[in-house]
Amino acid sequence: MSRRDVVLQFLMLVLLGLGLSWLVSNVTGNLERQNIASGFGFLNERAGFGISQTLIEYTEDDTYQRVLIIGLLNTLLVSVIGIVLASVLGFVIGVARLSSNWLISKIAMVYIEIFRNVPLLLQIMFWYFGVLRNLPSPRRAIEIGDSAFLSNRGIVLPGFTMLEGAGWYVAALAISLTAWFVMRRRAHKKFLTTGTPQSYWRVLALGAGTMFAIAYAMAGFPFAADVPALRGFNFRGGVNIIPEFAALLLALSLYTAAFISEIVRSGIVSVGQGQREAAAALGLSNNTTLRLVIIPQAMRVIIPPLTSQYLNLTKNSSLAVAIAYPDIVSVFAGTTLTQIGQAVEIIFITMMVYLSLSLLTSWAMNSYNKRIALVGQNA
Amino acid sequence: MSDPIIEIKQMNKWFGNFHVLRDINLTVEQGEKTVICGPSGSGKSTLIRCINRLEQHQEGSIRVEGVVLDDSSKGLEEIRSNVGMVFQQFNLFPHLTVLENCVLAPIWVSKMAKAEAEELARKYLERVRIPDQADKYPGQLSGGQQQRVAIARTLCMNPRVVLFDEPTSALDPEMIKEVLDVMVELAHDGMTMLCVTHEMGFARKVADRVIFMDEGEIVEENNPQDFFSNPQNDRTKLFLSQVLQH
Repeated sequence: MSRRDVVLQFLMLVLLGLGLSWLVSNVTGNLERQNIASGFGFLNERAGFGISQTLIEYTEDDTYQRVLIIGLLNTLLVSVIGIVLASVLGFVIGVARLSSNWLISKIAMVYIEIFRNVPLLLQIMFWYFGVLRNLPSPRRAIEIGDSAFLSNRGIVLPGFTMLEGAGWYVAALAISLTAWFVMRRRAHKKFLTTGTPQSYWRVLALGAGTMFAIAYAMAGFPFAADVPALRGFNFRGGVNIIPEFAALLLALSLYTAAFISEIVRSGIVSVGQGQREAAAALGLSNNTTLRLVIIPQAMRVIIPPLTSQYLNLTKNSSLAVAIAYPDIVSVFAGTTLTQIGQAVEIIFITMMVYLSLSLLTSWAMNSYNKRIALVGQNA
Repeated sequence: MSDPIIEIKQMNKWFGNFHVLRDINLTVEQGEKTVICGPSGSGKSTLIRCINRLEQHQEGSIRVEGVVLDDSSKGLEEIRSNVGMVFQQFNLFPHLTVLENCVLAPIWVSKMAKAEAEELARKYLERVRIPDQADKYPGQLSGGQQQRVAIARTLCMNPRVVLFDEPTSALDPEMIKEVLDVMVELAHDGMTMLCVTHEMGFARKVADRVIFMDEGEIVEENNPQDFFSNPQNDRTKLFLSQVLQH
């Protein structure tokens, strides 16, 4: 670096510092004049408003801090489920788009063009106001099977409550799942050393059966069905999925899946025809070729833009505010802000939450991408 | 005399309206080394790609070790594992190491144990003279080395015949020799080879028979000595005068 560069960079730093200090003094001055307190003390005050969906216990007497956590959990809930659904759907549609079957390929194309080219906010409003809020009232709810109901108050599914002794079942499930992972690994290792495919399903089924039999012997059947029933104007019992959640989840998944499917398609197309031919010439089956040759190479093209779609979905979930789904923006940067008025702190916290979520996602995806990156000059 | 390894009778193929292969008749016996040459667009690559059904013919018949190639995909994978192919662009799997490239098919197609497959792969890597590159990725090797890995990968399936589709055309001149040397050695070891190439020196040295193709037809076929010194057809003469000038 030349001396001129150093001087210029120093001047830039001084200018930036001056600008920032002016901004801070301006804001604090204005806030004092309007008698708005600053600092984070408000987080311990009583919130005093209700929230329609809470994953952890909450009453109006809880603090704003609790509201922040509930909003964050609701954002995470819709984002994580949305990412899973969008990935699965996007993968299926991306492969369907490449299908040699004309009809399947065209249906996939129409899907992609529609969902990609209509604004997301409009799609959220469509699912909420256009579809879910137009369903009949709970008294005339659409019955699915005997115990699930679809109404303008959302979807009510039957649930179950665990009674004393259910821990035995949880333990049996955990042991069976662990056994499955271990056996799958060992079977693959054994396949590589002996060359014969290993079947472990019978042993696994027997083992898991025994585990659950022991659980039954120890605790009987410690579950109680929780079937929803109509009481007055709404349903009681069961698991209630509020229409705001369903609409937001639908819109986010369907919209993002359209983008993901194009990413998946471009990834698969990017693997040259020569790779398929080389695999075929060696006698590899279509499935093995897809699994061991095409997909590993497609993934390195897919992962970076897929990461940005995951980030988009998470950030787009803040559109929840339009239909009052209680995500972090809605309950914290919305309701809490109007009650407290400390815009700087509240917006700052909210931005930091999204920033952390995004950086965490990027970090995870980047480390995965590094692991599968190609080595060498043509990479 | 055992059955021929490849037997093609009255085979025709079209790409849309374009008649790429016309009435092809070709028999390859075990241990035979055949070189196919001809101007570009004459259908030579398409012909050998039909033999492991990377391309499908529309008329006539192709038999590989007595098995008829047709739409029923039963046995196609087995035929392909018996017919090796070396491509112009190598087509190594860039996400796998050299060794992994070589053991992929033995493990997943021949159901060989991994250790056994690796031993086999190292043996063939030695034979193509790159045993010390086993743990590198294709992208870290030169073109000539990559093509030799591709040959080793094919040999790992212990094929009855190897098809070469212009194996040296994508190589820098100084690397052509190292690949040809490996191919000559392979020929001397008795491998059945069907080779599309412009390397006339290779044809003279190892071929039992040279086939000249033009516009989708087999125009002339002869032993290399007569083929080069006494070509019969005018098209063959023209072609040879063009490729042998320098």
